[in-house]
Amino acid sequence: MNQVLTWPDVFMLLVGVVGGASALLVVLSRNVVHAALYLVVALLSVAGTFLMLGAEFLAWTQVLVYVGAVIVLILFGLMLTRAPIGPMAQHNENGPLALIVSVLLFGFLCVVIFGAFGGERIDVTYVGAGAIGEVLYVHWAFPFMALGFMLTVALIGAIVLARREEGEGPAPTDAETTVLPDQDFSGDVTTTPGRAIEEGAQQ
Amino acid sequence: MVSDYAWLVPVLPATSALLIMAIGRQLPKKGAEIGIVAITAALLLSGAIAVEVFGANVDAAAEAHHGEEGDHGEEEADDHAAAGVQVASLGGDAGLLAAAPGEEPKGENHAFVNEKSVVLTPLGEGYEMEAGIRIDGLTAMMFLLVTFVSLMVQVYSTGYMHGDPRFTYFFTLLSIFTASMLTLVIANNMMMVLVGWELVGVCSFLLIGFWWEGKQNSSAAIKAFLTTRFGDVGLMIGVITLWSMFRTFNIGEILASVEAGTMAGGAELNTGMLTFGLLALFLGAVGKSAQFPLHTWLPDAMAGPTPVSALIHAATMVTAGIFLVARLYPAYQESPVALAVIAVVGTITLFMAGLLALVQDDLKKVLAYSTVSQLGYMVAALAFSYTAGIFHLFTHGFFKALLFLGAGSVIHAVHSNNMSDMGGLKRYMPITFWTFMIGSLALMAIPPLAGFWSKDEVLAGALSAGGYTGYLLAILGALGGLVTAFYMTRVLWLVFAGPFRGHGTPHESGPAMAAPLAILAVPAALIGFINLPFDRFHSSGFAAWTMFDTRYFEGHPAIFNFPLALTASALAIVGLVVGTLLYRRIPEREPMLRMGLFSKVLVNRYYLDHLYTDAITRTAIRDKLGPAMYWVNDRIIDRIVYGAGAFAGRLGRVTYKHFDQRAIDGALNGMAGGAGFMGREIFRKFQSGNVQLYAGGMFLGVFILAVVFATAG
Amino acid sequence: MIQATYPLIFAALLFCVGVYGVLSRRNAVLVLMSVEMMLASVTINLVTFGEIARTADALLTGQVFALFVIAVGAAEVGVGLAIILLLYRNRASVNIDEADLMKY
Repeated sequence: MNQVLTWPDVFMLLVGVVGGASALLVVLSRNVVHAALYLVVALLSVAGTFLMLGAEFLAWTQVLVYVGAVIVLILFGLMLTRAPIGPMAQHNENGPLALIVSVLLFGFLCVVIFGAFGGERIDVTYVGAGAIGEVLYVHWAFPFMALGFMLTVALIGAIVLARREEGEGPAPTDAETTVLPDQDFSGDVTTTPGRAIEEGAQQ
Repeated sequence: MVSDYAWLVPVLPATSALLIMAIGRQLPKKGAEIGIVAITAALLLSGAIAVEVFGANVDAAAEAHHGEEGDHGEEEADDHAAAGVQVASLGGDAGLLAAAPGEEPKGENHAFVNEKSVVLTPLGEGYEMEAGIRIDGLTAMMFLLVTFVSLMVQVYSTGYMHGDPRFTYFFTLLSIFTASMLTLVIANNMMMVLVGWELVGVCSFLLIGFWWEGKQNSSAAIKAFLTTRFGDVGLMIGVITLWSMFRTFNIGEILASVEAGTMAGGAELNTGMLTFGLLALFLGAVGKSAQFPLHTWLPDAMAGPTPVSALIHAATMVTAGIFLVARLYPAYQESPVALAVIAVVGTITLFMAGLLALVQDDLKKVLAYSTVSQLGYMVAALAFSYTAGIFHLFTHGFFKALLFLGAGSVIHAVHSNNMSDMGGLKRYMPITFWTFMIGSLALMAIPPLAGFWSKDEVLAGALSAGGYTGYLLAILGALGGLVTAFYMTRVLWLVFAGPFRGHGTPHESGPAMAAPLAILAVPAALIGFINLPFDRFHSSGFAAWTMFDTRYFEGHPAIFNFPLALTASALAIVGLVVGTLLYRRIPEREPMLRMGLFSKVLVNRYYLDHLYTDAITRTAIRDKLGPAMYWVNDRIIDRIVYGAGAFAGRLGRVTYKHFDQRAIDGALNGMAGGAGFMGREIFRKFQSGNVQLYAGGMFLGVFILAVVFATAG
Repeated sequence: MIQATYPLIFAALLFCVGVYGVLSRRNAVLVLMSVEMMLASVTINLVTFGEIARTADALLTGQVFALFVIAVGAAEVGVGLAIILLLYRNRASVNIDEADLMKY
């Protein structure tokens, strides 16, 4: 393995560290809004990785789409579902299992990666937007159009799903929202009746 | 060939029975029409079959005869032409029975046999149960006899049974009986014979006990059934023995094996076992054909309606035993012991039954004993000559049926069975008188009526065969002729002559009853001429018609023993004269009953009934053997049973407590508990509804798969 | 010239963190965020392998693929949030633990 650390390596490492840290914070944070914001950082570092790999267009697309649109969507979602603003326990009883699974998976992946690509180096070439466009609109024209179609459908579908039906009452208020209490969930899980909706607004 | 359709002959009466049962009551003649039409059709068909069979046999006999003639030359022809004493001596050793097998002309059997069968079911190991027909001369002859007499009886019954509330039932039974008898006759395997045998037995029971309201009638029916049942045991043993020897029920195969001298598997024929089987079969014949000592049921069976007596107990059912022996005749030929037994039994029967007829007051009982006696003649005749036996069967069927129907006519007019209530009926019932006279003369064997020819053939056959049994039969047969003549003459005088001793005014019977009498009188008188024992007629006569084997036919030429015939006829005439002398003026007291010990023994029927009922049934079995068996059953067998039961109970309790409750239930409860535990604690977690748990499981699985792929690749 | 392992390890890290988040977070929106993170790691992987396995007639396949994934991910977030909103409206809670109607 070539131990020489080139400058791109350093930048890559930096980006990786930042991204990894923020990712961890996403899942470990007790404040949901903080978690969303940490996600922003993580996604930005992903964009940075793209830059290191020479995919400029992709990096800016990532920023635009993810950071710009997806995070905003998520923040709106948090708002509309009256996510609690303050810190609270966010983990449920599946914690141990999740830890085990993810650690196992990570270990395995590391082993595999190092085994397969241990000493390899990537010859990064800068790819411009024009090249991407050429490929995209010529070779991948049909999938691209399908992609557009799919986005349209997803848009319409989201609207259909989330709109308010006739006769449906207003969204739950703060007082009705089941606040996620900071309590021990080691017992049996029981269903909370919530608002009696089953008879009312089933689509 | 017409005989291919012979199966119709039993089927027609059977279907008519069903039809009568179903719709008989609504018909104007209450079902009699169906029966009569069916039996007429059967008769016509039998006639056609007979024409075919007899014609074929005659041709075969002629061929064989011409084949022989070349060898033997004119010598034999000259001998045959002379009506001198012809003694066909075979072998010459005068043992018990001189009719030893052997010295038959060699060659093939060309007698007519038409056999068809369908396989009913395989019995395993390649054996099959079949239902089939076997038509030969004997069958054709029996067809004619049975259908003709049955027709006469059915026509007669429309008059005799008129007004009886169970008229339709009667005709149903008559048809069923006719069908059963025809089945018996047509059968080609012993199983079917057995079926027909039993069926006729049942019909006989039902018909004898037709007026079962009278205790006497039902008792007579039971007696008949039980006595013949006793013989049927022998029949079954015989059938089984034959099967075990030849591994087949088929009569043709059995006879072929016997002729070849082999048993199943190619072993040498075991004559001892064959004799045993044949004697067992003969036991069945003894029961069914009322031979000594199982004859006691026949006189009592007269309690049934007279047409029944005419049909069953004169012409058809009682001849079943003789038919059986005739059917298996080639087998009987191989067993001199069996033939000797047959001869002795028949001879005893004929003589002692004849004596019993002397002391009867009941007209039907006289005829019953006469039947028993004549059956004895037939049975004994078979021991010496096939043709003699079945010819006598044939002729007897006609004139005995005639006599019974005539007796029925008399009884119907006089309303009493007893001859002491009759008398002088010649004036009132001329048709009955004359036909009865013809029948009686035939029975007495007065030439040239039918009985003369057949009885003479019997005696001639016995005499020519020689041996102790042959001479015995000849002598007793001739003397029996005297006795027969005597009692029939007695009957004639007592019934038809002198003043009328009964009540009211008798009148001649209606046409329904008189016509069959007239019709039957014809064969009773004339049918003897089909079997004239002269060589000119022999090969185109009855002997040829019914031959079962051309070689037998060749070996048994016609015999006419003139001195013997003369003697027998003289004895008969002596009996007639003595009878006339005694009874011409109706005596005050019956002379037969004044003969001291002789009368006493006869009236008590040789104390046989007393023996059967009191000594054997009551004393020995009921009073001695019964209690003994009960003791064994109670003390010994029941103890064993109780002990077994108690043991089983104890075993059960132990098993229940320890094995069932502890071990098995414990295991079951443990398994159930284990299943419950697994479900509650383990598997329930997988269905918690916790999506993240599901996802976790999925990722775990992915991980494992990945590891597998990584390491495997 | 960078080490090939660095982006790949980074992607693996992101992926596993995302798995942890999916499996252990109670708020449904947070679960969605973790899913997004997993998708991001996938795109990194795609681009990296696209660079590693670059051939003459498969230029930029990795990047194009990654583009598609991004687009799909965005659509999925939209629909997913719509579903979460519906869930919230019906049950007044986005606690995943309470969405266990699939329990037997």
